[in-house]
Amino acid sequence: MTQATRTVRIGSAHGLHARPAKLFAQAAKEAGIPVTIAKAGAAPVNAASILGVISLGIDQGDEVALEASGEGAQDVVDALAELLLTDHDAE
Amino acid sequence: MTALIGVGVGLGVASGPVARMADPLPAPADETSTRTAEEERQRAHEALEAVARELERRGEHAGGTAQEVLEAQAMMAEDPSLAEEIDGRIAAGKTAERAVHDAFAAFQETLTAMGGYLGERAADLGDVAQRVLARLTGVAAPGVPDPGHPFVLVARDLSPADTALLDLDQVLAVVTSEGGPTSHTAILAREKSIVAVVGAAQAGELADGQTVIVDAAAGAVTADPTPEQLAEAAERAQRRRAAASAPLAPGALKDGTTVPLLANLGKPDGAAAARALGAEGVGLFRTEFLFLNSAQAPSVAEQQTAYETLLSGFAGCKVVVRVLDAGADKPLAFLTDDTEENPALGLRGIRVLRAREQVLRDQLTALAQADAATTARGEGADLWVMAPMVATVEETTYFTALARELGIRTVGVMVEVPACALLADRILSVADFASIGTNDLTQYTLAADRLLGSVASFQDPWHPAVLRLVQEVGAAGRDSGKPVGICGEAAADPLLAVVLVGLGATSLSMAPSALADVRASLAAHDTDDARRIAAAALAADDAVSARAAARAAASPTATV
Repeated sequence: MTQATRTVRIGSAHGLHARPAKLFAQAAKEAGIPVTIAKAGAAPVNAASILGVISLGIDQGDEVALEASGEGAQDVVDALAELLLTDHDAE
Repeated sequence: MTALIGVGVGLGVASGPVARMADPLPAPADETSTRTAEEERQRAHEALEAVARELERRGEHAGGTAQEVLEAQAMMAEDPSLAEEIDGRIAAGKTAERAVHDAFAAFQETLTAMGGYLGERAADLGDVAQRVLARLTGVAAPGVPDPGHPFVLVARDLSPADTALLDLDQVLAVVTSEGGPTSHTAILAREKSIVAVVGAAQAGELADGQTVIVDAAAGAVTADPTPEQLAEAAERAQRRRAAASAPLAPGALKDGTTVPLLANLGKPDGAAAARALGAEGVGLFRTEFLFLNSAQAPSVAEQQTAYETLLSGFAGCKVVVRVLDAGADKPLAFLTDDTEENPALGLRGIRVLRAREQVLRDQLTALAQADAATTARGEGADLWVMAPMVATVEETTYFTALARELGIRTVGVMVEVPACALLADRILSVADFASIGTNDLTQYTLAADRLLGSVASFQDPWHPAVLRLVQEVGAAGRDSGKPVGICGEAAADPLLAVVLVGLGATSLSMAPSALADVRASLAAHDTDDARRIAAAALAADDAVSARAAARAAASPTATV
């Protein structure tokens, strides 16, 4: 089984709250394979869980680690990383 | 029926039929399920899914920001982590109702504990939980009613989630039985200029469809009014609309005495909106937004950028910035000690900044640099900086010396502690100005926690003891020739604003939406009126009679 990991720095001015968290969890859910997100030093949570993602309290500039396992894991991780790098609040 | 008495927000009046908001559902009984775990699991998942679809439908209908909020709520309903928690509880023998209740409560607790923005999301989650429970038990979901015609909303209190979705075309007025002048409902009403009476204990007796007049100026709700009363209310509402559309002018009394009207702001980007409503500057810029949700203080450069945005947005105007006010109702992870038993009386405001002086030095440096940079570009404002929660002359000396050393030209203190008000003459011999924070001054004068519902009735800035302290500061300001501003909720009350000017306030700062009412109220009175009305209020025994005495002393034309 393919596994992929990637570390990214959050781009959204308000971190992973509200709208960015929603967009991210939605995308993770649609990926169809298990994806986790973890803040440095903390336990990973299910990336498709908006409550899990929000309660990480991730702010702009924080580093997070994404991990996916399954079909197309690398593409999934890259697409999600792209989302995290974007400043959605600037749109 | 006699009028119900509560605390009015602003001076508006409105009438219409009552629509009541249902009370929250009780917690389901913690009993062993008589169904199989699989049956309970299916019930729970059916309800979660149905609520998610319903929220999405509402979102499509609402559009805009409300749609974002509702879609996020729909995702919460179908959250996989939440589903795991629910399934686990059902497997342990709980009913679907209880499992849903407990699992949501656990997540809410986590979010509430994280505070600030995430705390508000806890309310969103609570709203979802109520909808799912309502679905499971076959009752209507609590929430803002939708009778299909404009209505007067009657509720215990409104949560942030309720207020976010209020359809302002349908809500004629809001009446709550709980909550004081600083509740979410009151803050929303003030921001959106909704006619509201909060904390009207007997509002629970109002029935759906009953006609009421909501008179915020009188803080009263009249049920089943006469046709004459209705006509009078309609005429007053009309006069008020005319005042609101009056041209913007600088704040002044009828005799021309200027009383600059300033805005309370919490973010630098509110400048344009505040100026459009006639703000002549900023009387209280709260800097906490820079620090909330941070594990550490923002850098000098980050702060400077935000302050430059603020100052250039008010180029040529006065801008009063309050340095970080952490502690009590505004805890900050990296600064405050959350184990204090009584944080309102603990290490907060200037006390905590002094204990962590580098944070204060950085903030003052960032402010001085932003001032210099914007001035060099020709878009500078008149920057004043003040410290929160100052209690002593010695603290005043400390803060003014440090701020001047770091390049701040105009340095003042907030008067929120009675000790500071009582020694205002000596405080003002050191500081360049004073600004009275009426919310905290009231809490400390009456010894009543402003966040505690059980003592909310004490939180009334009309109390003559509070007014007498304002008078002390006003007199000290007059004697020393130094400005005394007001930057609490009190300044947004149009009649109280006149009283405060009568007591010696030289400028008033408030939520920008309150500016029009206060401007109209000031323009209807001259200096002698203001002093006479203030004297009437000061002579009263309590807040209710002070308000009544002031109203009686005010000229009838002032009732906009």
